[in-house]
Amino acid sequence: MGNPNSGKTTLFNALTGLNQKVGNFPGITVDKKVGACQISQLASKNKIDTEFIDLPGTYSLYPKSMDESISFQVLCDPKNEHHPDVNIIIVDASNLKRSLCLATQVIDLKTPCILALNMMDLIESDGVKIYLKLLEEKLGVAVVPINARKKIGIGNLKQAILNVKERENKNSFVDIKNLCPNLIEDIQKLINKASDYNAFQIACNYKTITDFSKQDKDKLDSIISEHKFIAKRLQATETVRRYKAIDQLLEECVEYPENSKNNSLTQKLDNILTHPIYGFAIFLGVLFLIFQAVFSWSEYPMEIIDNSISQLSQFVANSLPEGALNSLIVDGIIAGLGGIVIFVPQIAFLFAFIAILEDTGYMSRVSFITDKLLRGFGLSGRSIIPLLSGAACAIPAVMSARTIPNWKERIITIMVVPLMSCAARLPVYTLLISMMIPAEQKWFIFNLQGLTMMGFYLIGFVSAILIAWLMKYIIKSKERSYFVMEMPTYKTPDWRTVFYTIIEKVKVFLIDAGKIIIAISVVLWALSSYGPSSKFDEIERKYQNTENAEVVIASEKLESSYAGIIGKSIEPVIAPLGFDWRIGISLITSFAAREVFVGTMSTIYSVGDADNTKSIREKLMSHKNPETGEAFFTPAVALSLMLFYAFAMQCMSTLAIVFRETNGWKWPVIQFIYMSALAYLASFVAYQLLS
Amino acid sequence: MKNLCELKLGTKAIIDSFSDKELALKLMEMGCLPGEKIHIERKAPLGDPIAISISGYVLSMRKAEAETILVNEIK
Repeated sequence: MGNPNSGKTTLFNALTGLNQKVGNFPGITVDKKVGACQISQLASKNKIDTEFIDLPGTYSLYPKSMDESISFQVLCDPKNEHHPDVNIIIVDASNLKRSLCLATQVIDLKTPCILALNMMDLIESDGVKIYLKLLEEKLGVAVVPINARKKIGIGNLKQAILNVKERENKNSFVDIKNLCPNLIEDIQKLINKASDYNAFQIACNYKTITDFSKQDKDKLDSIISEHKFIAKRLQATETVRRYKAIDQLLEECVEYPENSKNNSLTQKLDNILTHPIYGFAIFLGVLFLIFQAVFSWSEYPMEIIDNSISQLSQFVANSLPEGALNSLIVDGIIAGLGGIVIFVPQIAFLFAFIAILEDTGYMSRVSFITDKLLRGFGLSGRSIIPLLSGAACAIPAVMSARTIPNWKERIITIMVVPLMSCAARLPVYTLLISMMIPAEQKWFIFNLQGLTMMGFYLIGFVSAILIAWLMKYIIKSKERSYFVMEMPTYKTPDWRTVFYTIIEKVKVFLIDAGKIIIAISVVLWALSSYGPSSKFDEIERKYQNTENAEVVIASEKLESSYAGIIGKSIEPVIAPLGFDWRIGISLITSFAAREVFVGTMSTIYSVGDADNTKSIREKLMSHKNPETGEAFFTPAVALSLMLFYAFAMQCMSTLAIVFRETNGWKWPVIQFIYMSALAYLASFVAYQLLS
Repeated sequence: MKNLCELKLGTKAIIDSFSDKELALKLMEMGCLPGEKIHIERKAPLGDPIAISISGYVLSMRKAEAETILVNEIK
């Protein structure tokens, strides 16, 4: 464990390599990273299996957010399933004073500890001298100098883990028992073997410990009120005394050079990067680069994936005997798999950029310059990257909202990100705009088709901001929003960290969201390829002797499939929007992914087009309204349909990732309902006004 | 005594106390302790949040948070 920006994750990667598992801590969405490693004992050559846990970065044991609460619970509740045998406290040597606040707190808990002194070589070259032996003696724990980035000292650290001793520490840094002796004794009676400081920590924060029973908490309640214990006051006293002890310790153990360090490079960079004009200009440039990467660079790998998937499905389709199993594997499972893997390049690109921005220290500057703009809308400076990358794809965007420390701001960001016009809406818009507006039509010098397209991107952005603003008032949060954070000095990115971030995010998506996506694709496949068998037989018989009838058969089968039946049964509901049952079917199938809409429409409007020679646009344009005999796709219908796609939550992958990121069905369900309602309302108003 | 926001950019001061008990804890554990030297390093383009320099590193915070830090200007 350690402070944010102390090199904790880099050390974790150096220790465990690719043997990592990422999950959530039970009940909340805080990344739980567990990694394994074998340490060989020098003397006996025995290999010892060790498991490492990467705890969320924190400045003290007192929890202020969900992330920090995890570190507190793991360390202060001995019954916690992750309570460690050895604590490795990583300390940034160039920021010793502040790092030691947390470190001495953990040492005072009296569990076995090791202090890993990171970036030791850096500060030595700055002329700072740390007397390690003395520091070790004063702290009472082993101190191992390391450089996590350069993998220096990792071997020594591993040996120190094996050699760590249970120690009865002589003195605590802060004599906490002196502050409230009776209270600590009473708590120690309740919780066996708790050290003085551990008892004090429990007294301050027992309400947040999820493992404690109601009974224990009631007992603690009465102890607290009996001793008239006021946590806040004593915590403040403790912190002041702790820093005094640290000051004294540093005076003895560390020698600073006369002219202390200056971060002139960081200052110069900040003069530019947080400048009112250059700062925003550079940030826009960075955004543009990210957008380019996620939007167009990822096109090539996506195409390769797309081709390989279709080759795979063709291969399987040809090599398996025809029938239901063939169809299930090809159209259900492989198609679903393809729908998942296709997102990997976008996720990889976005997180490569985010990891670089985080690692260099630029991300905190982005928050710094954009915080004021977004705060009024219930978002924070950290929401800007998820929000704007949502314009390429909501899935990596929702995942990237994890960098928002405040729960409420994170939820709001996740809830509105899918309103941004993602790449999958593009084919739908392109088709419908081309039907609604003639290509040559101009408004002054602008091409009207292009303008409409831009308008729909704007609609996405504006509605996202407005909904965020509404949610600010609706969502209640007990967690207070803090913006106090460090602006670390700029560093060159650590490419290993970037690499591990990409691997981790891709893995999380493929495994956690992938399971749900595969399940939904199989259901969708079953709905659209099965129907009452008598109907299906009838269609087969009807075209038995017709040549080249595959397309027509496919079309009629889709009509009488369960998806078709659902499409027809929802027709009364969607009729006020100007939609018929054919569009109803497309709405259902495009839940797999929005772009499926185009394919489904093409299949379903193939009735009576035996040669399948017309383009999809011609098919739709020639479709007549059976009652009036006029073209069915009037501008009103097309606009209504486009608005529906702008707002509706038509993407199972996004829902799956929102489920994963919020750890439950509550938020994805709310999101699905509010977006559907919004879509229905917008389409209804548009159609009724125009038709 | 002033609050931190009333300081001019770059003017050095010493932290005296805090007006918000809960925030005080968070600020103290991040190194903002009574008696420490502090100054405003820079302001965000829209004037809020601000970046402060304290014991060799830089923290950013919103104005509302900085207002809870009471300081004495060094003359």
